[in-house]
Amino acid sequence: MTINPELQGRSYALGEPYSVGRESIRDFARAVKATHAAHFDVSAAHALGHADLVAPPTYAIIVAQRADALLINDSDSGIDFSRVVHAEQRFTHHRPIVAGDELLAALHVDTVRAMGGGAMITTRAEISTVDGVAVATTVSAILVRGEGQ
Amino acid sequence: MTTQKVEMADLAVGTEIGSRTLEISRADLVKYAGASGDFNPIHWNERFAREVELPGVIAHGMFTMGAAVQLVTDWIGDPGAVLSYGTRFTKPVPVADLDGAPGAVVEVVGVVGALDAEAGTARVDLTVTLDGQKVLMKAQATVRVT
Repeated sequence: MTINPELQGRSYALGEPYSVGRESIRDFARAVKATHAAHFDVSAAHALGHADLVAPPTYAIIVAQRADALLINDSDSGIDFSRVVHAEQRFTHHRPIVAGDELLAALHVDTVRAMGGGAMITTRAEISTVDGVAVATTVSAILVRGEGQ
Repeated sequence: MTTQKVEMADLAVGTEIGSRTLEISRADLVKYAGASGDFNPIHWNERFAREVELPGVIAHGMFTMGAAVQLVTDWIGDPGAVLSYGTRFTKPVPVADLDGAPGAVVEVVGVVGALDAEAGTARVDLTVTLDGQKVLMKAQATVRVT
Protein backbone atom coordinates (compact mmCIF):
# COMPACT_ATOMS: atom_id res chain seq x y z
CA MET A 1 0.00 0.00 0.00
CA THR A 2 1.34 3.45 -0.81
CA ILE A 3 1.06 6.63 1.22
CA ASN A 4 -1.78 8.88 0.21
CA PRO A 5 -0.15 12.15 -1.01
CA GLU A 6 -3.38 14.02 -0.28
CA LEU A 7 -2.68 13.69 3.45
CA GLN A 8 -0.62 16.89 3.22
CA GLY A 9 -2.60 19.83 4.60
CA ARG A 10 -5.01 17.69 6.59
CA SER A 11 -5.79 18.46 10.23
CA TYR A 12 -7.09 16.32 13.04
CA ALA A 13 -8.33 17.31 16.49
CA LEU A 14 -8.01 15.26 19.64
CA GLY A 15 -11.63 14.74 20.66
CA GLU A 16 -11.15 14.08 24.36
CA PRO A 17 -8.88 16.24 26.53
CA TYR A 18 -5.86 14.43 27.99
CA SER A 19 -5.89 14.79 31.78
CA VAL A 20 -2.37 15.13 33.16
CA GLY A 21 -2.25 13.34 36.51
CA ARG A 22 0.46 13.25 39.15
CA GLU A 23 0.94 9.50 38.84
CA SER A 24 1.25 9.79 35.05
CA ILE A 25 4.02 12.38 35.48
CA ARG A 26 5.77 10.19 38.07
CA ASP A 27 5.48 7.09 35.85
CA PHE A 28 6.78 8.91 32.78
CA ALA A 29 9.64 10.45 34.79
CA ARG A 30 10.69 7.02 36.09
CA ALA A 31 10.42 5.60 32.56
CA VAL A 32 12.92 8.15 31.21
CA LYS A 33 15.14 7.69 34.29
CA ALA A 34 14.45 11.24 35.52
CA THR A 35 15.20 11.89 39.16
CA HIS A 36 14.46 15.61 39.58
CA ALA A 37 12.32 16.17 42.69
CA ALA A 38 9.89 18.48 40.83
CA HIS A 39 8.54 15.41 38.96
CA PHE A 40 7.77 13.54 42.18
CA ASP A 41 7.34 15.88 45.14
CA VAL A 42 4.62 18.56 45.04
CA SER A 43 6.40 20.79 47.58
CA ALA A 44 9.59 20.68 45.46
CA ALA A 45 7.55 21.76 42.43
CA HIS A 46 5.95 24.57 44.47
CA ALA A 47 9.39 25.73 45.62
CA LEU A 48 10.30 26.30 41.95
CA GLY A 49 7.11 28.30 41.41
CA HIS A 50 5.09 25.61 39.64
CA ALA A 51 1.42 24.97 40.41
CA ASP A 52 1.93 21.20 40.72
CA LEU A 53 4.29 18.38 39.64
CA VAL A 54 6.20 19.37 36.47
CA ALA A 55 6.33 16.98 33.51
CA PRO A 56 9.71 15.99 31.99
CA PRO A 57 10.66 17.90 28.80
CA THR A 58 9.45 15.15 26.43
CA TYR A 59 6.18 14.34 28.22
CA ALA A 60 4.14 16.15 25.53
CA ILE A 61 4.92 13.21 23.22
CA ILE A 62 2.07 11.32 24.89
CA VAL A 63 -0.44 13.85 23.64
CA ALA A 64 1.36 14.34 20.31
CA GLN A 65 1.38 10.60 19.55
CA ARG A 66 -2.31 10.30 20.43
CA ALA A 67 -2.90 13.00 17.85
CA ASP A 68 -0.55 11.25 15.36
CA ALA A 69 -2.61 8.08 15.83
CA LEU A 70 -5.63 9.88 14.37
CA LEU A 71 -3.65 10.24 11.14
CA ILE A 72 -2.00 6.79 11.19
CA ASN A 73 -5.35 5.07 11.85
CA ASP A 74 -7.18 7.14 9.24
CA SER A 75 -8.53 4.43 6.92
CA ASP A 76 -7.25 6.06 3.73
CA SER A 77 -3.80 7.16 4.99
CA GLY A 78 -2.01 4.04 3.69
CA ILE A 79 0.33 4.07 6.73
CA ASP A 80 1.40 0.67 8.13
CA PHE A 81 2.25 1.44 11.79
CA SER A 82 4.67 -1.50 11.99
CA ARG A 83 6.80 0.16 9.30
CA VAL A 84 6.88 3.58 10.97
CA VAL A 85 10.28 4.81 12.16
CA HIS A 86 10.68 8.04 14.09
CA ALA A 87 13.08 10.28 12.14
CA GLU A 88 12.98 13.64 13.91
CA GLN A 89 11.31 15.25 16.92
CA ARG A 90 11.13 18.77 18.30
CA PHE A 91 9.37 20.26 21.33
CA THR A 92 8.76 23.94 21.92
CA HIS A 93 7.28 24.65 25.33
CA HIS A 94 5.17 27.77 25.68
CA ARG A 95 4.82 26.93 29.36
CA PRO A 96 5.66 23.82 31.40
CA ILE A 97 3.10 21.00 31.57
CA VAL A 98 1.96 20.45 35.15
CA ALA A 99 -0.33 17.96 36.88
CA GLY A 100 -3.93 19.06 36.63
CA ASP A 101 -3.63 20.26 33.02
CA GLU A 102 -6.41 19.27 30.63
CA LEU A 103 -4.76 19.21 27.21
CA LEU A 104 -6.14 19.28 23.70
CA ALA A 105 -4.19 18.90 20.46
CA ALA A 106 -4.70 20.02 16.90
CA LEU A 107 -2.60 17.93 14.51
CA HIS A 108 -1.49 19.36 11.18
CA VAL A 109 0.06 17.26 8.42
CA ASP A 110 2.64 19.77 7.16
CA THR A 111 4.48 17.72 4.53
CA VAL A 112 4.27 14.33 2.81
CA ARG A 113 7.31 13.42 0.72
CA ALA A 114 7.56 10.12 -1.19
CA MET A 115 10.85 8.28 -0.52
CA GLY A 116 11.44 5.08 -2.43
CA GLY A 117 8.44 2.89 -1.75
CA GLY A 118 7.72 4.78 1.47
CA ALA A 119 7.30 8.35 2.61
CA MET A 120 8.54 10.96 5.09
CA ILE A 121 5.64 12.65 6.86
CA THR A 122 5.99 15.76 9.03
CA THR A 123 3.26 16.47 11.54
CA ARG A 124 2.84 19.37 13.96
CA ALA A 125 0.73 19.15 17.10
CA GLU A 126 -0.42 22.41 18.67
CA ILE A 127 -1.11 21.49 22.28
CA SER A 128 -3.24 23.79 24.41
CA THR A 129 -5.32 23.71 27.55
CA VAL A 130 -9.07 23.25 27.22
CA ASP A 131 -9.26 27.01 27.93
CA GLY A 132 -7.21 27.72 24.80
CA VAL A 133 -3.87 28.59 26.45
CA ALA A 134 -0.96 27.47 24.23
CA VAL A 135 1.20 24.92 26.06
CA ALA A 136 3.50 23.26 23.53
CA THR A 137 4.18 22.83 19.84
CA THR A 138 5.60 19.48 18.81
CA VAL A 139 6.94 18.62 15.35
CA SER A 140 7.52 15.00 14.35
CA ALA A 141 8.97 13.52 11.20
CA ILE A 142 8.11 9.89 10.68
CA LEU A 143 9.51 7.64 7.99
CA VAL A 144 7.14 5.00 6.70
CA ARG A 145 9.50 2.37 5.29
CA GLY A 146 8.57 0.83 1.98
CA GLU A 147 9.24 -2.87 1.32
CA GLY A 148 12.98 -3.61 1.56
CA GLN A 149 13.74 -0.21 3.20
CA MET B 1 22.24 16.37 42.57
CA THR B 2 23.73 19.83 42.38
CA THR B 3 21.86 22.69 44.01
CA GLN B 4 24.18 25.41 42.82
CA LYS B 5 22.42 27.90 40.58
CA VAL B 6 23.58 28.15 36.98
CA GLU B 7 24.58 31.76 36.20
CA MET B 8 24.99 33.17 32.71
CA ALA B 9 28.29 34.83 33.73
CA ASP B 10 29.79 31.43 34.53
CA LEU B 11 28.96 29.96 31.14
CA ALA B 12 30.96 29.92 27.95
CA VAL B 13 30.43 28.16 24.66
CA GLY B 14 32.20 24.83 24.98
CA THR B 15 31.62 24.44 28.74
CA GLU B 16 30.80 20.82 29.50
CA ILE B 17 27.73 20.51 31.73
CA GLY B 18 28.32 16.85 32.55
CA SER B 19 27.95 13.34 31.25
CA ARG B 20 25.89 10.29 32.01
CA THR B 21 25.82 6.59 31.16
CA LEU B 22 22.42 5.08 30.36
CA GLU B 23 22.12 1.36 30.91
CA ILE B 24 19.07 0.14 28.97
CA SER B 25 17.32 -3.18 29.48
CA ARG B 26 14.27 -4.76 27.87
CA ALA B 27 12.38 -3.95 31.09
CA ASP B 28 13.13 -0.24 30.53
CA LEU B 29 11.47 -0.42 27.11
CA VAL B 30 8.39 -2.12 28.53
CA LYS B 31 8.23 0.54 31.24
CA TYR B 32 8.57 3.30 28.66
CA ALA B 33 5.88 1.73 26.46
CA GLY B 34 3.49 1.70 29.41
CA ALA B 35 4.24 5.24 30.55
CA SER B 36 4.11 6.76 27.06
CA GLY B 37 1.38 4.68 25.44
CA ASP B 38 3.70 3.72 22.54
CA PHE B 39 3.15 -0.05 22.24
CA ASN B 40 4.71 -0.56 18.80
CA PRO B 41 5.84 -4.23 19.00
CA ILE B 42 9.24 -3.40 17.47
CA HIS B 43 10.13 -2.18 20.98
CA TRP B 44 9.32 -5.42 22.81
CA ASN B 45 8.75 -8.32 20.37
CA GLU B 46 11.96 -9.78 18.87
CA ARG B 47 10.16 -11.96 16.31
CA PHE B 48 8.03 -9.06 15.13
CA ALA B 49 11.01 -6.69 14.93
CA ARG B 50 12.92 -9.15 12.70
CA GLU B 51 9.87 -9.71 10.51
CA VAL B 52 9.87 -6.00 9.67
CA GLU B 53 13.58 -6.16 8.80
CA LEU B 54 15.02 -4.61 11.97
CA PRO B 55 18.13 -6.03 13.68
CA GLY B 56 15.99 -6.98 16.69
CA VAL B 57 14.11 -5.13 19.42
CA ILE B 58 15.12 -1.47 19.36
CA ALA B 59 14.63 1.26 21.95
CA HIS B 60 11.94 3.87 21.33
CA GLY B 61 13.72 6.89 19.86
CA MET B 62 11.68 8.87 22.37
CA PHE B 63 13.06 6.79 25.21
CA THR B 64 16.62 7.71 24.25
CA MET B 65 15.68 11.34 23.62
CA GLY B 66 13.76 11.56 26.90
CA ALA B 67 16.47 9.91 28.99
CA ALA B 68 19.29 11.97 27.44
CA VAL B 69 17.75 15.34 28.39
CA GLN B 70 17.78 14.51 32.11
CA LEU B 71 21.39 15.65 32.12
CA VAL B 72 20.13 19.13 31.13
CA THR B 73 17.23 19.14 33.60
CA ASP B 74 19.45 18.23 36.54
CA TRP B 75 22.08 20.77 35.53
CA ILE B 76 19.69 23.70 35.18
CA GLY B 77 17.76 22.65 38.29
CA ASP B 78 14.22 23.11 36.96
CA PRO B 79 12.48 20.91 34.37
CA GLY B 80 10.33 23.94 33.50
CA ALA B 81 13.42 25.82 32.31
CA VAL B 82 13.76 23.61 29.21
CA LEU B 83 12.16 25.84 26.56
CA SER B 84 12.77 23.68 23.52
CA TYR B 85 14.40 20.38 22.67
CA GLY B 86 14.85 18.64 19.36
CA THR B 87 16.80 15.88 17.67
CA ARG B 88 17.12 13.66 14.64
CA PHE B 89 17.19 9.92 15.16
CA THR B 90 20.06 8.64 13.06
CA LYS B 91 20.68 5.09 14.24
CA PRO B 92 18.47 2.61 16.06
CA VAL B 93 19.52 1.42 19.53
CA PRO B 94 19.17 -2.39 19.57
CA VAL B 95 18.56 -3.67 23.10
CA ALA B 96 19.70 -7.24 23.67
CA ASP B 97 17.72 -9.62 25.89
CA LEU B 98 20.26 -10.30 28.63
CA ASP B 99 19.68 -11.46 32.17
CA GLY B 100 21.37 -9.33 34.81
CA ALA B 101 23.26 -7.14 32.33
CA PRO B 102 22.19 -4.07 30.37
CA GLY B 103 21.08 -4.81 26.79
CA ALA B 104 22.60 -1.54 25.59
CA VAL B 105 24.83 1.15 27.09
CA VAL B 106 24.40 4.69 25.77
CA GLU B 107 26.72 7.57 26.67
CA VAL B 108 25.45 11.15 26.96
CA VAL B 109 27.68 14.25 27.10
CA GLY B 110 26.35 17.82 27.26
CA VAL B 111 28.23 20.94 26.14
CA VAL B 112 27.09 24.57 25.99
CA GLY B 113 26.65 25.17 22.25
CA ALA B 114 25.40 28.76 22.22
CA LEU B 115 24.52 31.61 24.60
CA ASP B 116 21.99 34.40 24.14
CA ALA B 117 22.56 36.90 26.97
CA GLU B 118 19.73 39.16 25.80
CA ALA B 119 17.15 36.35 25.79
CA GLY B 120 18.72 34.79 28.91
CA THR B 121 19.00 31.41 27.26
CA ALA B 122 21.66 28.79 26.67
CA ARG B 123 21.69 26.01 24.12
CA VAL B 124 23.04 22.69 25.29
CA ASP B 125 24.26 20.28 22.63
CA LEU B 126 24.02 16.63 23.59
CA THR B 127 26.27 13.96 22.12
CA VAL B 128 24.52 10.62 22.50
CA THR B 129 26.45 7.54 21.43
CA LEU B 130 26.20 3.76 21.36
CA ASP B 131 29.52 1.95 20.91
CA GLY B 132 31.08 5.25 19.84
CA GLN B 133 28.49 5.96 17.13
CA LYS B 134 25.99 8.80 17.35
CA VAL B 135 22.39 7.65 17.73
CA LEU B 136 20.97 11.18 17.98
CA MET B 137 22.00 13.95 15.61
CA LYS B 138 21.70 17.65 16.49
CA ALA B 139 20.25 16.86 19.90
CA GLN B 140 19.89 20.39 21.26
CA ALA B 141 18.00 21.81 24.22
CA THR B 142 17.48 25.51 24.88
CA VAL B 143 17.13 26.45 28.54
CA ARG B 144 16.25 29.63 30.41
CA VAL B 145 19.22 30.61 32.51
CA THR B 146 17.96 33.72 34.30
